[in-house]
Amino acid sequence: MNYSQNELMIAAAARELHGARVAFVGVGLPNIVCNLAQRSHAPNLELVYEAGVFGAKPARLPLSIGDPTIVTGAASVMGMPDLFQYYLQRGLIDVGFLGAAQIDKFGNINTTVIGDYKKPKVRLPGSGGAAEIAVLCGKILVITRLGKRAFPERVDFITSPGHLDGGDARKNLNVRGRGPEAVITDLCVLRFAEDTREMTVTSLHPNVTRDAVQANIGWAVRFADQVETTAPPSAEELRLIREELDPQRLYSR
Amino acid sequence: MKVMTMHAAIRDLVRDGDTVALEGFTQLICFAAAHEIIRQRKRDLTLCRLTPDLAYDQMIAAGVCKKLVFSYAGNPGVGSLQAFRRAVEKNEPRALELEEYSHFGMVGRYIAGAARLPFYPVNSYVGSDLPRANPRIRQIQSPYGAEKIYVVPPLNPDVAILHAQRADKNGNTQIWGLTGVQKEAAFASQRVIVVVEELVAESVIRADPNRTLIPDLIVDAVVVEPFGAHPSYAQGYYDRDNAFYVEWDTIAREAATLDAWLDEWVYGVENRAAYVAKMRARLEKLKPGDAFAEPINYGEYR
Repeated sequence: MNYSQNELMIAAAARELHGARVAFVGVGLPNIVCNLAQRSHAPNLELVYEAGVFGAKPARLPLSIGDPTIVTGAASVMGMPDLFQYYLQRGLIDVGFLGAAQIDKFGNINTTVIGDYKKPKVRLPGSGGAAEIAVLCGKILVITRLGKRAFPERVDFITSPGHLDGGDARKNLNVRGRGPEAVITDLCVLRFAEDTREMTVTSLHPNVTRDAVQANIGWAVRFADQVETTAPPSAEELRLIREELDPQRLYSR
Repeated sequence: MKVMTMHAAIRDLVRDGDTVALEGFTQLICFAAAHEIIRQRKRDLTLCRLTPDLAYDQMIAAGVCKKLVFSYAGNPGVGSLQAFRRAVEKNEPRALELEEYSHFGMVGRYIAGAARLPFYPVNSYVGSDLPRANPRIRQIQSPYGAEKIYVVPPLNPDVAILHAQRADKNGNTQIWGLTGVQKEAAFASQRVIVVVEELVAESVIRADPNRTLIPDLIVDAVVVEPFGAHPSYAQGYYDRDNAFYVEWDTIAREAATLDAWLDEWVYGVENRAAYVAKMRARLEKLKPGDAFAEPINYGEYR
C-alpha cells in the first residue's frame, strides 16, 4: 500500500503512546498523533489540552489546540490555573507530546528565536506551555521533520529543556520528569543513549539510507548497534488519517 | 448604567499608554474590541495576553502597541504571526518591546495580580533560557525547605477586555467552554469591560450561579456584541472560522495586503454591527449543531 513519509511518521509516533494513560497534547503534529492513538490502539488514552481540558474526545481533528470540539463530550473542562496547577504540576501526566522548530543532540527544544534573542533572525512563537510540559510530564515524545536547520548540534535558545548538556545534567538540576525519550521524524526514529543521553538513530523508515539521515542532521549522528526498520502504517491507520483526521491533508500529504 | 456601546467603552475606559489585557484562549477573543481600539487610534499600549493571535497581530500592525507581555505569539494551528515577526525582526511599523513568559508563568502572574500577592511560585523554568531572556523571572529559596523555586511577578493591567456568552445589565458574567484566564484577568485588572453575545435577565444568571465567573462588583462596562469574537469562537454560538486563520497567513505576509485588509474590515466599517452585516453569509455557516447539558437541580430552600 502506498503512503507518504508524513503518514508513516504520524503512525509511528502514535504507536509510541502504547501503554500511556494520560497525554498532554502539543500544538501541530502532536495533535493528529494523539488523536490517531486514541482512535486506534489506545481508546482509553486521556487527552489533556493546555486550554483547560481533561479527557477530550474530539469528534473532528482540532485545527488548533483550543478548538470547541475538545470541549463537547470531554470529561472535564476547567480554567487554565486548574489545569497547570492540579493536573500538570501535581504530576498526573505520563507523556507530553511536543513539536519542535529546533531540537539538538541532547533533545533540548527551541521554539523561541533563530539567532540572538535580542536581535533574532527569525522570531518564533515562543514557549506556550512547552517549558513546563518539558519538566513536569513523566516523559516527553517529540515529533518533527528532519532537516539540517531543525537539528543543530546545539539550539540557539533552550525554550524547553531536554537532557541539557547530556549525561546526568538533568538529574543534577533536580528536574522532575525523565525528559525526552524518542524523536519521531519523517525519515527515522531517534532515542537517547542511557549514559550520554545523546540522540541516536534506532530505527530507519523503509527505503531510507543512513546517508540520507546524516545529510539532514547538523552533527555526526550516532546509530544504534541494532538499527531496526520502522513498520509501515497499517491500512486502518491510513484510513483513520485520510478519512477521519486529516481529510484536507494539512499534516499528512 | 453599565450597558454601553463599544465605542463608548473603549473611548472612556482605555487610555493611551494603558496596560491592556484582551484575553481569551482560542475562544472568546474580542476582535470587536481590538478593532475599535484600532479605529480610535489608541497609542503606546502595553498589550498582555498568553496567546496574542490575530487580534494582536492586527493591533501591532496598526501601530497601537508599544510593548507585548505574552507566552505564545503564533497563529495556532497555522504557524507564525507575520506582523509580530516584522515588528520584532525589522522594527516595522515600530519597534516592539517584549516581556516573555511561558503559559504557566502568565497564569501565575494573573493569579498573583488577582489575589494581590507579591509573586507566584511555579515549578517551571528549570533548565530553560527564559529566565535569562526575562530577568523578571527569578529564583528564590523556599522558606520551608532546601529547594529553590522560580517566581513570577503579579500582573495588574489597567483594563481587562473579556468576551463571554452572556451577562446581565449589571455585569454578572457567565462563560462556558474554555474559560482560559478570563476570571483571573478580570480580578487582576483595575477596570473591566465585558463584551457578550447576549444580554440576559438577572434571573437567568441567578438560576445558575455556578456558571458566573465574573461578578458585577468588578465590572465597569457591559457591551452587547453578537459575533464579537469572530474569527475566534463562542462555544455553543458559533465555530472558529479556521479558514480565516489560514487566510490571515497570506494577508499578513506583506504590510501592504495587511493594511488593505485593515482599511476594508476595520477602518472601513463603523462598528461591529457593520462588520457582521458585511460578513453575514460567512458567519451563518459557523453555527454549530446543538449539544445541550442536562438541567441540574439547585433545590429550593426556604
